[in-house]
Amino acid sequence: MAETALTHPEAAPGTIPGLRGIAADWASDQRAFKNVSWGKAMMWIFLLSDTFIFSCFLLSYMTARSSTTVPWPNPSEVFALNLGGKHIPLILIAIMTFVLISSSGTMAMAVNFGYRRDRVRTAALMLATAAFGATFVGMQAFEWTKLIMEGVRPWGNPWGAPQFGACFFMITGFHGTHVTIGVIFLIAIARKVLRGDFDRERRGFFTSRKGYYEIVEITGLYWHFVDLVWVFIFAFFYLW
Amino acid sequence: MVDIPLDQVAGIPPAEVGEVELYHPRSWWTRYVFSQDAKVIAVQYSITAMSIGMVALVLSWMMRLQLGFPGTFSFIDANQYLQFITMHGMIMVIYLLTALFLGGFGNYLIPLMVGARDMVFPYVNMLSYWVYLLAVLVLAATFLVPGGPTGAGWTLYPPQAILSGTPGQDWGIVLMLASLILFIIGFTMGGLNYVVTVLQARTRGMTLMRMPLTVWGIFTATVMALLAFPALFVASVMLLLDRLLGTSFFMPTLVEMGQLAKYGGGSPILFQHLFWFFGHPEVYIVALPAFGIISDLISTHARKNIFGYRMMVWAIVAIGALSFVVWAHHMYVSGMHPYFGFFFATTTLIIAIPTAIKVYNWVLTLWRGDIHLTVPMLFALAFIVTFVNGGLTGLFLGNVVVDVPLSDTMFVVAHFHMVMGIAPIMAVFGGIYHWYPKVTGRMLNDVLGKFHFWVTFIGAYAVFFPMHYLGLLGMPRRYHDIGETSFVPASAHDLNAFMSVAALIVGFAQLVFLFNLVWSLLKGKEAGGNPWGATSLEWQTPETPPGHGNWGKNLPIVYRWAYDYSVPGAARDFVPQNEPPSGVVAQGAHS
Repeated sequence: MAETALTHPEAAPGTIPGLRGIAADWASDQRAFKNVSWGKAMMWIFLLSDTFIFSCFLLSYMTARSSTTVPWPNPSEVFALNLGGKHIPLILIAIMTFVLISSSGTMAMAVNFGYRRDRVRTAALMLATAAFGATFVGMQAFEWTKLIMEGVRPWGNPWGAPQFGACFFMITGFHGTHVTIGVIFLIAIARKVLRGDFDRERRGFFTSRKGYYEIVEITGLYWHFVDLVWVFIFAFFYLW
Repeated sequence: MVDIPLDQVAGIPPAEVGEVELYHPRSWWTRYVFSQDAKVIAVQYSITAMSIGMVALVLSWMMRLQLGFPGTFSFIDANQYLQFITMHGMIMVIYLLTALFLGGFGNYLIPLMVGARDMVFPYVNMLSYWVYLLAVLVLAATFLVPGGPTGAGWTLYPPQAILSGTPGQDWGIVLMLASLILFIIGFTMGGLNYVVTVLQARTRGMTLMRMPLTVWGIFTATVMALLAFPALFVASVMLLLDRLLGTSFFMPTLVEMGQLAKYGGGSPILFQHLFWFFGHPEVYIVALPAFGIISDLISTHARKNIFGYRMMVWAIVAIGALSFVVWAHHMYVSGMHPYFGFFFATTTLIIAIPTAIKVYNWVLTLWRGDIHLTVPMLFALAFIVTFVNGGLTGLFLGNVVVDVPLSDTMFVVAHFHMVMGIAPIMAVFGGIYHWYPKVTGRMLNDVLGKFHFWVTFIGAYAVFFPMHYLGLLGMPRRYHDIGETSFVPASAHDLNAFMSVAALIVGFAQLVFLFNLVWSLLKGKEAGGNPWGATSLEWQTPETPPGHGNWGKNLPIVYRWAYDYSVPGAARDFVPQNEPPSGVVAQGAHS
């Protein structure tokens, strides 16, 4: 084994065909993922772990919903608003989803301008993203208030299965917490961008590590993930 | 000798990542308390885990006293007995073994073994320890709150876990769940570090297939933990909401103390699925690091390369993957469609294949090896025997028809203590005796070590071997006092008393170990850099104990795998990983 390793040095990545090539690339020298920084790798792995958390929440909700013996409240009715004298189903959720998806667009643009080292535009777009995020959380707060006023509680509601309120508050609350944390991060990073920390390689207050523009992209990864999760919550909770 | 440029040595590719400047502590506080050095964090994790582990050990004495001499100790009532069981199990599985293997061994060994200066994000790594400490403190606080700790059993099954009548219903269960949530948050911060360090921060020449198996074990276990703990996190959050807010995720309509409870429509089985989706991988989260450590100990102390390295790696990965599709074998008696029982029994038995590959490879590594019966080797051998033992009883419990009568008997207790209690603890002790010289620069005392080993090994078998028999008799687990029963003969009670005495002796033997740890720190024999003549990188550091940044000026370059023992024609009976092949000038390597 040792002799083999010495006389046949590892082949350059991407030169062995087939499955053995995949294994060899993954197992290659120093880094499994070439040209992926530590921070980005860490965020991806964290998001994988977080995916399992949201999956467990959503699966638990689906179990509760499909095994309950009392009727599940009708989402189109529950999440409807009266606007201008008209009863419009799911209008608030539609707007919230639109806002959150738009924020993914501004985030992607911020990443682009970040790599061009355009401080002002990057920071402005990140703050726009944060504003969209804050709007989303604000509308969620409005939705919670409305439902609470109508008598929805974690332990019961006027229309059917008590698990409706429990799942709703838990899952949207957990997602809303993610959005809120994202907003805080966006504002903090935007401040650093605007101040020019990443141009001057200023050291972080806690970590005393130099910062790089890549952090904009890493924050973006988190933000897109939170958006993606919302798509699933939207589909499974509101459209089912 | 030809002059070889620094960036191209014997087919070793140039460095892909520049050196990252380390955080340099400026005061005693940032050096030893709020330290960002993985080695210090490892010691902090280990001390905290062993301290709370001692609490769990004392709890096991209390249980054994009650089981061995029922009615003699008036200070142990039925409620307390249940509380002792719960806390003993939870502490040992999560706060001791998981934290010690991943937070302790992982933090110390991963950067040193892959040739990194530290974990990739030392600050996050430090936070990981402090959140873990907070989790331990919250857990310990349950002993002091009104009503005491929860007595729901370590599985915390609802509905009984949060109903009145279960001890600790007021505060105990709430703090227990909060502590678990904190533990998971803290672990995630550390776990991300371990995974990224292994994947992205290895030194030049350290391909994945040259890593010592210890790193493979800890790495795979960490990946599993990052995917399994989310289920426990979600289960804890939902159970906490059921308890505090009165939701009914897990709570069916039921009568509590003669009155209809406020709950309705929830599914207790859902909790079991979530819990065991975490709980079964958890078994391998503590087993895989043990596998890795044992592989290295056996190879080093038998002076022979590990047999079938590639198969060992694939077996670790296969066990890790399979352990996610076996969870419902813990739920055969919960009520399940027979086809599911068939499915889960099959997957459970399939795990025996990679596990058997590992055991055969260990034995074949020992075959005609130059076995040195040092203390770490004794523990390693004890691990193999114990693990085979516990694994074989696992085959009984993995089969639905055999499991149903054995379920909730002492047989189950004996099985899991053998396979994930005694066996991993053997690996922990072996690992500590093996790496203590690197951590402190001094050897542990050999005489005390051998005494500790024999008492622990024989004592553990004296406790758990008879327990299998009690289980086959039908003696139930988790009973405070089984009293007079027709199916348990009087001799079984004598056996119980014998086991309790053995358990007390084993417990006291651990004090010898703790004494040895402290005494050797002050008076132990100087170890030197590489007392065992081992090949892996952590033994090749320029200083012992390794300094801040581990490697001095230049990072080591790796030319070979970690198991070049007794290579024919070599000058010594081991060739360190960073020793260049003949004809190559050593660069950045310290030997």
